Amino acid sequence: MANRCTPKLEEPMDRRNFVKTLSGMGVAALGAERAEAEDKSEKKEFVGVLVDTTRCVGCRSCELACAEAHGFPEPDSSPEVFAKERAPSTVQWSVVNRFQTERGEMFAKRQCMHCNQPACASACLTKAMLKTEEGPVIWREDKCMGCRFCMLSCPFDVPKFEYDSPMPKIQKCNLCWDRLEEGKRPACVEACPAEAIKFGKRRELIETGRALIAKEPTKYVHDIYGESEAGGTSYMYLASVPFGQLGFRTDLETIPYPELSKDYLYAVPVVLTLWPAFLLALSNATKKESDQENHGTPDGQ
Amino acid sequence: MEHQTDNRNKRTLLITEAKRFVSFLLSEMKPKGKLVTPFNVFAAVVLATTAVLLVIRFTKGLASTTNLSQDFPWGIWIGFDVVTGVAFAGGAYVVTFMVYVLRLEKYHPIVRITVLNGFLAYVFYAGALLFDLGRPWNVINPIIGNSFGVSSVMFLVAWHFMLYMIAQFVEFSPAIAEWLGWKRIRKFLGGLTLGAVIFGITLSTLHQSGLGALFLMAKSKIHPLWYSEFIPILFFVSSIFAGLSMVIFEGSISHKVFRKQISLQHHLEHDEIVIGLARVCAGTMYIYFFLKVLVFIHGQQWNYINTPMGWWFLVEIVGFVLIPVRLYTQAVQFRNLPLIRFAAALTLIGIVVNRLNVSIIAFKWYAIERYIPSWMELEITLGVIVAEILVLRWVVNRMPILSDPPEWARPRPEVTRETRFVPKEGEEKEWVTINM
Repeated sequence: MANRCTPKLEEPMDRRNFVKTLSGMGVAALGAERAEAEDKSEKKEFVGVLVDTTRCVGCRSCELACAEAHGFPEPDSSPEVFAKERAPSTVQWSVVNRFQTERGEMFAKRQCMHCNQPACASACLTKAMLKTEEGPVIWREDKCMGCRFCMLSCPFDVPKFEYDSPMPKIQKCNLCWDRLEEGKRPACVEACPAEAIKFGKRRELIETGRALIAKEPTKYVHDIYGESEAGGTSYMYLASVPFGQLGFRTDLETIPYPELSKDYLYAVPVVLTLWPAFLLALSNATKKESDQENHGTPDGQ
Repeated sequence: MEHQTDNRNKRTLLITEAKRFVSFLLSEMKPKGKLVTPFNVFAAVVLATTAVLLVIRFTKGLASTTNLSQDFPWGIWIGFDVVTGVAFAGGAYVVTFMVYVLRLEKYHPIVRITVLNGFLAYVFYAGALLFDLGRPWNVINPIIGNSFGVSSVMFLVAWHFMLYMIAQFVEFSPAIAEWLGWKRIRKFLGGLTLGAVIFGITLSTLHQSGLGALFLMAKSKIHPLWYSEFIPILFFVSSIFAGLSMVIFEGSISHKVFRKQISLQHHLEHDEIVIGLARVCAGTMYIYFFLKVLVFIHGQQWNYINTPMGWWFLVEIVGFVLIPVRLYTQAVQFRNLPLIRFAAALTLIGIVVNRLNVSIIAFKWYAIERYIPSWMELEITLGVIVAEILVLRWVVNRMPILSDPPEWARPRPEVTRETRFVPKEGEEKEWVTINM
């Protein structure tokens, strides 16, 4: 039975398999097509925010303004909230924390850092998490499938997930993306009575920060948090004490986080193209004479 | 006139054929064997509970059933069901590689059961991913192309899962054709096997390693003893012996459960197959162990060894890699099958430990509030496993998986050959000669 079909079927069968393998490869190769981390800083200048923690008095006007701008419940205004360090939550994109430091009581607000090359956006398989050309990292409801890979990848643990909802969303600061489009500044920046939060072009903010440090070298630590952390972020901080004392992670990479999986993604097309060729060759090399006579391709037994 | 009758006859024939086919399918749907058995009762209870819990999960959100938190976005549904489950299902690509690429005919009898197991594992364990997704209705987004997140490792894993399921289905499809008696289709599907196998091995290489690559960006969150740039390679290499150990372990169970189904030849060759698989396991485990040591030394992580996490690391690589590989080696040497099964079980526990370490235990090891799965997460996981076993049993009892394929589907008349069967000690000694 097998004998009968062999001479006619074997050739086209092999060719078909080969074409099939190739076309499949094409589809899957997409996985690595644009492995390069997206850096759009060249196209348009990123906006950013510079927080001078030495000026922050902990009034939490920014928290209130943030809640109002994004339709969240008014945050608890009692000072007891300072008792423990808070992280942004699903109903509060921006929080102010109080720290006891070597120079006394200090405050620092915490929200999405808006990385230049965000781990969350490169982790997102649906592009729900998106680094806009202007700089803000935004989340799009209609794309997200809720896999939470962005949360796993974010070095700052920023994206928050609505675990108690059957139609959950990811919640995180979007740098008032909608307000920026209207030409306004972020709500927190406008609300700050102490002018501790500056909004502007990221590049200019770095210059401002450096100038401030140069002007008062004993007041500030000689570092801008966010200039190089995670490859650079849009939110940046000045402080008078080492950043570790203000609850910042100081052990982060200075390369963009997407770089960490870049090598792997680059290996993908190599494996995808060389593996089938190698396997096919190996399979032909191990073909016994009897097999060639009887049946070209092994059956599914 | 004559023409018309001819057509009518054809149609009647077609209708009778269709009727026969439907009644065949209906008869196959019915359970074979006793309905009320301890396992069936257990399965019914587990599945009913799972169904109720899933309704709660989908109406109230993930918090209602899981202990996931903002700090631990991935729990056992990812760490065990997907990351560990897929490693366990790796046997399918390894065995098809051995049989169709290396053409080690010795392993042919276990191809179908292994591919079926692998296919069902992907369908159920990767399918269980849908329970974990917060917005599962958007799961088609990365597939239909309205938003390709091509720089994401998850994108690659998702696509490869899907394509590999198709490849595995193609590999398995001749069994379905034989079951239904579709001779021509069977011949066509058999011709697709090699292509599907090669494509499947390539996809497996990439997504087995890809599951490890998911954790590459979590560098600042995973304990340095478990984080390395080599996670993808470690995951790939360990999937080889994880999959084969599963084949050994699962084979020893299905050999008892489906005793009646197993073809004589398979029965006779079973021990040799298991010893061969154990040998491959031992080889790859030595490589894996060597890699682990290399990564450890290059990472210069001696200072972590004498800490609680360091001891736990030693438990993993000594207790669940070095000891089982030693047992495998010894068992192969003395052809000790119970010891092979024990080594396989130990290896499987080691894989669970390793995958959970990377995804959950060493993940945010510094966090004060740990993630511990809720009973409901565990129950739903159990439900997924039970459902898979039920489907597996249904298929094995109907299609030629462990049993011989029907006469018409055998590849060629076998050359008469002698097989000698040496019974285990204690059994009555006799020589069996079979003419095939």
